[in-house]
Amino acid sequence: MSSVARAWREFPGKYNLEGTKCENCGTIFFPKRDFCPKCRREGIGKMQKYKIQREGEVFSFSVIYEAPACNSALKPYAVAMVRTKDGVLVSGQLVDVELDKIVIGMPVRAVLRKLDEDGAAGVIHYGFKFTPIK
Amino acid sequence: MDVGIVSYGAYIPRYRIKPEEIGRMWGVDGKGMGKGLMIFQKSVPGIDEDVITISTEAARYMMARVPWVNPKEIGALYVGSESHPYAVKPTATIVSEAIEATPALTAADLEFACKAGTAGMQACMGMVASNMIKYGVAIGADTAQGAPGDALEFSASAGGAAFLIGSEKIIAKINKTLSFTTDTPDFWRREGQPYPLHGGRFTGDPAYFKHITSAGKMLLKEMGTTPKDYKYAIFHQPNGKFPTRVAGMLGFEQEQIDTGLLTPNIGNTYSGAVPLGLAAVLDKASPGDRIFITSYGSGAGSDAFDITVTDEIKNYQKNNAPTVEKVMENPVYVDYGLYTKFRGMIVMPGG
Repeated sequence: MSSVARAWREFPGKYNLEGTKCENCGTIFFPKRDFCPKCRREGIGKMQKYKIQREGEVFSFSVIYEAPACNSALKPYAVAMVRTKDGVLVSGQLVDVELDKIVIGMPVRAVLRKLDEDGAAGVIHYGFKFTPIK
Repeated sequence: MDVGIVSYGAYIPRYRIKPEEIGRMWGVDGKGMGKGLMIFQKSVPGIDEDVITISTEAARYMMARVPWVNPKEIGALYVGSESHPYAVKPTATIVSEAIEATPALTAADLEFACKAGTAGMQACMGMVASNMIKYGVAIGADTAQGAPGDALEFSASAGGAAFLIGSEKIIAKINKTLSFTTDTPDFWRREGQPYPLHGGRFTGDPAYFKHITSAGKMLLKEMGTTPKDYKYAIFHQPNGKFPTRVAGMLGFEQEQIDTGLLTPNIGNTYSGAVPLGLAAVLDKASPGDRIFITSYGSGAGSDAFDITVTDEIKNYQKNNAPTVEKVMENPVYVDYGLYTKFRGMIVMPGG
């Protein structure tokens, strides 16, 4: 069973794409970071919460035919790197899409979906996936 | 103080299955079954969808249409469903977090068969009217269960709609709501049981028809109105046949119920049914249009509403989210095998 506490700490990022922004150099990080690797000590204490835009476009993608156990019922499925409207690269699964119709540049948006569950009695993990914009 | 709907959003999964495909599996005339029920296809949740994801999507659409509303001003959020993913652990907290309404709000899951969504609207209305909260969110959503081979399998589907209830910039004023409730065991599901049971024909006259006509007549009497005073009417729609018949019993015409009658194309979305019907009507409604609503939940009860669309709907940013018609576009049809996989009906190792 995975850590419930760890999953809970990640809710803001998983549900609402909350990352961080270094107020010193303006770099946005997702997932969030507590420390800016560019500014190092000059960035200490200047990392602010930053919500990444939910809309973006497919920057690159891959279709998965051999999946880890948690995703075996989903295969084949696509994962993509999405360039959000604020320029951040975010990776996630692409859903509700025909695999042969995915193209680079396709407009997508983040939706909440089930990611995994800790067996029949454990917690259900929710988080973002991407779907084509209607 | 006028209380009403400030915003709304609707979501229906994209997958569909046809009654002939379900009939093929069980050796019955599925097409005939669909014709009898007036259900020509039903929605199926994707493998990674449940009431939490459907409710979140509907609620996010609802919020997208009112960018001026700060989610932190939402004081209550209720999710009505009979298919909450957890037996213990609220759907409502996850949805609240996903629309960033936490932490200063009350939240709870409601269950009243197919009418828990409208029960949530009534609760929010009372809390707004008594100044306990500024905004309340009422969601009706389901991924309904129907036992394999049972008549319910031809109708039980998935979808939901969310309503923001408040007193400022309301696009539809709730003039009155009332309910009719009795202990009528027409349909039930025991704790731990995967599928509901029902009383067959008993779900008709003493249950659905009695409660809807009683609540409907009570509302017409209290408001001093007749069916002709309403542009639209929405009744609970377990199939296409029942709402058509009950509309006739109360004196409503077919064209009054057509806009809000979605079951023939998506099946019975249970707690989502009347809320989705209302969303479809609000997509089309104009200022001054009056809407008559009566939901029904087995067990049993009906909530009736008299609603008037306001001038504010002209300023409402409806285009910030898809209409019900748009949400229903481009369905993907699945066969029975994929349907059972999506619904988690296949027993897997360790499962």
